Amino acid sequence: MFRPKTRYVALPSPRAGVGEEVDRLTCPKCDTSLEPARLSAALGVCYRCGYHFRLRAPERIAMLVEPGSFKEEDLGITAKDVLGFKDSQPYSKRIEQSRASTGANEAVSWGEAVLAGHRIVIVCLDFAFMGGSMGAATGEKITNGIERALDSRLPLLIISASGGARMQEGMLSLMQMAKTAAALGRLGGAGMPYISLLTDPTMGGVTASFASLADVILAEPGAMIGFAGSRVIQQATYETLPDGFQTAEFLWQHGMIDLVVPRPELPAVIRQLLDLYTRDGFHSDFELKGQARAAAQAAAPTHP
Amino acid sequence: MTDNGSLAAATWEQVELARHPDRPYALDYIHALFSNFFELHGDRLYGDDHAIIGGPAAFDQRTVMVIAQQKGRTTAERAMRNFGMANPEGYRKALRLIRQAERFQFPIIAFVDTSGAFPGAGAEERGIAWAIAENLVALAGARTPIVTLVLGEGGSGGALGIGVGDRLLMMEHSIYSVAMPEACASILWRDIARKVEAADALKLTAADLKRMGLADEIVPEPPGGAHNDYGVAADAAGAALRRHLAELEAVELDRLVEQRYQRYRRIGAT
Repeated sequence: MFRPKTRYVALPSPRAGVGEEVDRLTCPKCDTSLEPARLSAALGVCYRCGYHFRLRAPERIAMLVEPGSFKEEDLGITAKDVLGFKDSQPYSKRIEQSRASTGANEAVSWGEAVLAGHRIVIVCLDFAFMGGSMGAATGEKITNGIERALDSRLPLLIISASGGARMQEGMLSLMQMAKTAAALGRLGGAGMPYISLLTDPTMGGVTASFASLADVILAEPGAMIGFAGSRVIQQATYETLPDGFQTAEFLWQHGMIDLVVPRPELPAVIRQLLDLYTRDGFHSDFELKGQARAAAQAAAPTHP
Repeated sequence: MTDNGSLAAATWEQVELARHPDRPYALDYIHALFSNFFELHGDRLYGDDHAIIGGPAAFDQRTVMVIAQQKGRTTAERAMRNFGMANPEGYRKALRLIRQAERFQFPIIAFVDTSGAFPGAGAEERGIAWAIAENLVALAGARTPIVTLVLGEGGSGGALGIGVGDRLLMMEHSIYSVAMPEACASILWRDIARKVEAADALKLTAADLKRMGLADEIVPEPPGGAHNDYGVAADAAGAALRRHLAELEAVELDRLVEQRYQRYRRIGAT
């Protein structure tokens, strides 16, 4: 199996000490030295080889929604060290470090926003905060977002970037899988559309809960998506993993996602989906048909 | 040894008991508790997974739908059961049984006993994460009572994939964890040898889950563990299942499903 070794150099790993200065100037895939201004104008996509750099949640949201339309909720909800968990350092300290280095209180941001004229609920995970892992506070914010979509009858867009469940919160973290899935079950039952965008990486308990439960699943090119990590699989099975194993393209070939969408095309693709899946766009059309039907019924002779 | 060290050692003993090779497995409980168990096979999509078994069975005067993770005892059976680690087919067979249980109004009894879903290339290709996620939704919304009993190991999303329900019962020496201690040690400490510390930090014993309000009841085991007397362990499990099922069957279905939603909704709520 071959995968470029430098693939994850772009952003710090969950253990590497979140928030350390990231050298965004060298593309980890093609090794080209990139001009920051040009890279940023290209939405964080290498203008030489198309490598998609990871984005922070605020960057991601700003890229998709109409300027100034995002109203963030639950800013005060933050992770708590309920178990008193300690590995090489206490979890409480890790939380503080993550908060300081990312400027965020949790690994997810959500709120209502306007995208191409559609009012939606947008939920965006942030890999920079403890690897985007899902703890109790993360799951709570995601579920609040899903419930808002349900209560306000708005379409839902969730953007995932996560290593999976947050180990430092033990079973409280695992149960967020059930919580988010249960909420999505209700959303689906109410007929509200849910679009899931999988970005690099989306793994473990996040893939096995809300991220894969959408009506339409999109992914960014080259994103690593799966359940078990490739290292774990190799240790357990000694299997030789095929080239491109667990990439977005691999999952598309296996029928797990609907489309791999390069970042610059995301706004247009999501707009098209919102137009199709919400009736707002066709509202006047439906009304006209309804009136025509009523008129036809009125004109038709009634049966005795 | 420090106090912390001896506490960690005590936790590790629980892990080893939960994995004891002579511990009764799902089929031992099924044969002791139910009559007329009829095993259904296959997910109707790809294959039959022997790590997850299930089907209708008679329990007192009613039919229940049993869904269970099954480990093997002999070398051959262990291989056949894939060490209790299910592929997507196992979860999709379980989904088929969940839908059937709803249609026929059979209460669901789920026996959890797995170190996790199978980490294999084929499992990934066939959407193991998708299969588990679908089951979470199906179980959360199923219009029939569901009681989950953890027999030995409850490992991660692989356990949760048949483990969402109205009640969570745990055998006294069972464990339930977001990740197995070895995996956790390898990820957080980058050293699998730290599994004992990891097990302690994860708070994975039945007593821990009861304390956190996640488990509803701990089912007592015979002295030394369930492997010492299958009959005593099965009797205790049967009594607990009977009691919880009777309570749930008295609840009107809309309310039952709403209570189940709130049960998970409040975990980690601020």
